Amino acid sequence: MKFLCLECDEVMAFAEREIPGDGTLTAVFACGACGREMALLTNPMETRLVTSLGVEIGGRTVPEQPFQQTRTNLDGAREDAFAEPDEGDSARGTSRVTWSTEASDRLGRVPSFVRGMVKRIYTEYARERGIVVVTPAVMDQARTDLGLEGM
Amino acid sequence: MRSPRRRSVRGYADVAGPTASGIVEQVEQQRQRLEARLASVGTVVAIASGKGGVGKSAVTANLAVTLARRGARVGVVDADLNGPSQGHMLGVLGQRLGDRADGMTPPEGVAGVKVVSTELILEEGMPVRWQGPRTDRFVWQGLSEAAALREFLSDVTWGELDYLLVDIPPGTDKIGRFLDLVGAPDQLLLVTVPSRVAGAVVTRSAAQIEEAGVACALVGNMCGYLSEDGEAILPLFTDGDVEELARSLGLDLWAEIPFDPAFGAATDGGSPPGSEGSSPTALALDRLSERVEHAPGGRNADP
Repeated sequence: MKFLCLECDEVMAFAEREIPGDGTLTAVFACGACGREMALLTNPMETRLVTSLGVEIGGRTVPEQPFQQTRTNLDGAREDAFAEPDEGDSARGTSRVTWSTEASDRLGRVPSFVRGMVKRIYTEYARERGIVVVTPAVMDQARTDLGLEGM
Repeated sequence: MRSPRRRSVRGYADVAGPTASGIVEQVEQQRQRLEARLASVGTVVAIASGKGGVGKSAVTANLAVTLARRGARVGVVDADLNGPSQGHMLGVLGQRLGDRADGMTPPEGVAGVKVVSTELILEEGMPVRWQGPRTDRFVWQGLSEAAALREFLSDVTWGELDYLLVDIPPGTDKIGRFLDLVGAPDQLLLVTVPSRVAGAVVTRSAAQIEEAGVACALVGNMCGYLSEDGEAILPLFTDGDVEELARSLGLDLWAEIPFDPAFGAATDGGSPPGSEGSSPTALALDRLSERVEHAPGGRNADP
């Protein structure tokens, strides 16, 4: 899917994405030449059609996680289907990231079916920025920076 | 009335460069991830039929166990997302998948066979249901299932395997979906029973597989049963002939497996006997595993 600015004959670039939580999606594209913007609006069925492909409109902000499609889209999954990752798995490299009590409590409210994946994304976000402790504020910032609506 | 504005707009192919969302590139990355994962698998063996109820899953589980007991490293993907059974049959029900950054660690069942199945993920008794709008599910449901199957193959830390067996669900379309996803498997087994109805469906499957340019072999299941005195194989079906079907389709018939209630009960109970013992069923499975091992891609492939 490409968007062409007819005035400039330029391909419009992805600018931002909003997921309000009602199944719809808004993706804004802008022309690099004239600055004109346009918004792509999808209804819940269209949004689901695209996510079923395992792709993200606007591109990926974080690498696709193992079983991401299955565990974010499957209903009726067992809470204990996955064994939590061990420390060695989430503390790759030399810099070690820890979690504050408040952040851990918040993570604990995430369904365990997707918890390991969510923890990995936040931990990686912190490590890449030299953050040693994940706090609720770091989680909020990551959600904004990475477009992790619903995580 | 306004006259339509005429202008020349470049078409998709005329506009160079990637898409704004990189959708094509994201799909390509998924394909590369799948290829990279399967690179450590010696032989992919798909077990299909097109027809339901012919015993594909039982053949898969018993072939897996037989190959593993012959010293092969074996994994099984239960591609029957909506009617899974490999978790039960290979004795891994209740075990958990290890959630690691490099992929899911599969549980090991009977004879060390690694298994991935929706049975490991879903609550007992729950059907597969995908989140999304309640209407027009048919539009995206097939895509969700294809994505899950892709993840079962690409997101599992299979490690080095000699054989990865894939239990394909009923429906000729499911065979096509698998071939689209993985390309030609090293071996494709079409399971049938000696009934005319099953033969008719398998004939359609064989045509689809031939169109895709993929080689396959036929496996007859429930080919009679052992008489009470153990002296004879008596017919279970009277209107079909697996050998004749193989001849008419121009396919090799790799095994004719007789029905054995004790064998079936053990398989359903999570202890597939494979080729253990000297029953006609065990001997047939032994011959089948022998064919798999010597066929192209097999560990003892004939030169």
